[in-house]
Amino acid sequence: MVDSIRVEHATKSFTRRYQRTLKQITVAKARGHKTIEEFNAVDDVSFTVEQGESIGLMGLNGSGKSTLLKMINGVMRPDSGSILTRGRIAGLIATGAGFHPQLSGRDNLILNAAILGMTEKETKRKFDAIVDFAGIEQQLDSQVGHYSSGQSARLGFAIAIHVDSDIFLADEVLAVGDKPFRAKCITRMEEIRDSGRTLFYVSHSAGSVKRMCTRVLVLRDGQLVFDGKPWKGIKFLGYDDDVENPMDREESEGEIGADI
Amino acid sequence: MTDLAADPREGVKTDEAGLVPMVAPSDATGLKAVLQRRYLLRLLVRREISARYQGSILGLMWSYINPLSQFCIYFFVMGVIFNLHASIPNFAIHIFSAIVIVHFFTETMGAGTRSIVRNRQIVQKMAMPREMFPVATMLTSLYHVGPQVIILVVASACYGWLPDAYGMAAMVIGIAIIMILGTGLALLFSAANVFFRDVGSAVNIISNLIRFGVPMIYSYEMVAQRFGSFERYYLWNPIADAVLLFQRAFWVGTVGADEKNQPVMPDHLLLYGVAMIGVSLVVLAIGQLVFSRLENKIPERL
Repeated sequence: MVDSIRVEHATKSFTRRYQRTLKQITVAKARGHKTIEEFNAVDDVSFTVEQGESIGLMGLNGSGKSTLLKMINGVMRPDSGSILTRGRIAGLIATGAGFHPQLSGRDNLILNAAILGMTEKETKRKFDAIVDFAGIEQQLDSQVGHYSSGQSARLGFAIAIHVDSDIFLADEVLAVGDKPFRAKCITRMEEIRDSGRTLFYVSHSAGSVKRMCTRVLVLRDGQLVFDGKPWKGIKFLGYDDDVENPMDREESEGEIGADI
Repeated sequence: MTDLAADPREGVKTDEAGLVPMVAPSDATGLKAVLQRRYLLRLLVRREISARYQGSILGLMWSYINPLSQFCIYFFVMGVIFNLHASIPNFAIHIFSAIVIVHFFTETMGAGTRSIVRNRQIVQKMAMPREMFPVATMLTSLYHVGPQVIILVVASACYGWLPDAYGMAAMVIGIAIIMILGTGLALLFSAANVFFRDVGSAVNIISNLIRFGVPMIYSYEMVAQRFGSFERYYLWNPIADAVLLFQRAFWVGTVGADEKNQPVMPDHLLLYGVAMIGVSLVVLAIGQLVFSRLENKIPERL
């Protein structure tokens, strides 16, 4: 098989700063308080993803999922270790794409598509399909700042999903969509998975991970603590109650993203 | 629904096995990557042109009102009250040719400094060469230079100016200096501004200094007369050289041979200009270097 994503000892550390102005820093230093603190958001993570695999990345809030995804996407660079990917990457990072709130949906769509690597021709050809998928014909020419969070996430997802990518990243974007949209998305993501592309999916929803993924990675405090079969990973996290619990039947029916 | 796999992409390099090579996804950065993605750059410039004065009634007009108001102030305060009309021939052209350059530079540096912070929504979430934003800012400012130069040409022509080859070369070099230098400083300050927003305020002070550090409200002749040996160092300021080159291109040609006060230009001006392009390229290289160094921490510090 062909490697699609290769992560080797990737570490990313963030610096927490408690004070910002010179005065605050001086006062804190004089009192012997800490002014900065380093911590590893992603800590020595290694794994290899083969082309066509669909990976579910799970973990509690603040466990480093988004940071890892940002590094795979290329928004961030690991401080040490390496991350290599093959082919074009598309996807959404942390609910809602990078939209400019003052620009119209149309302009943001074109700009976003270009950032993801689409050419002018490609964008023109896919424009109607994207708008149709996002279901925002009415708001197309109004500012994205006036969109609801669901609408902007839908637009972002629609653009990303129409890029001919080799690796598709999705980060809890579906959490804000309504039910018909989520159904549309899951169909589309299954299409992506079945077309032999690599899928990298971050979610808290045990049901959707079980349905979508062939392998689960679990992060805890930035470290990779589990790598294996989805049901085992879900059990490892203690999320398996969700699937069996009758309260969450909607989940077990295969709904995606009901996990805010 | 469209066919997802309908678009075979052109221009993707493959290895022996027909596979695209593995690369670090964060590696496609730098000014070279910016030049490779011209379609994206064009979109960003177009967006910036329409967004710079968004929400204002006069919109794009502000790009002309700003330099025009400066022109009027300098013209009346310096020309009329300080009576520089008497010593500097065609003082209006003298000021205006300087304002075009100074405004181009301060706009590039000022808006460029804020460009990364202002686009934080995109910078935090999308992978792209972040040098795009300062470069797009420079090109946006350049776009506004066009009409100003046309006004300058028309005004100069009214004074009997005719284009000459030396002057046109001077104009091109002058613009090139500001483009390169402005981009370099915009890169430097835009990255620094993410870490300390103080940079934005400091840049305002620099902009102010520049207005008085170039022969705009005074003439080069006065520098030569009153600064003595300091005159040499004055020409080490690339922006002053760019202004002089621009004045050589327009203002000098407007002064008739029979005028009492003849315009004074430094010797070897074009040579200075070429040297300053070299200096600007060094600044650009430093800007790119610092930007690459700081870039890694930009998304988390925004």
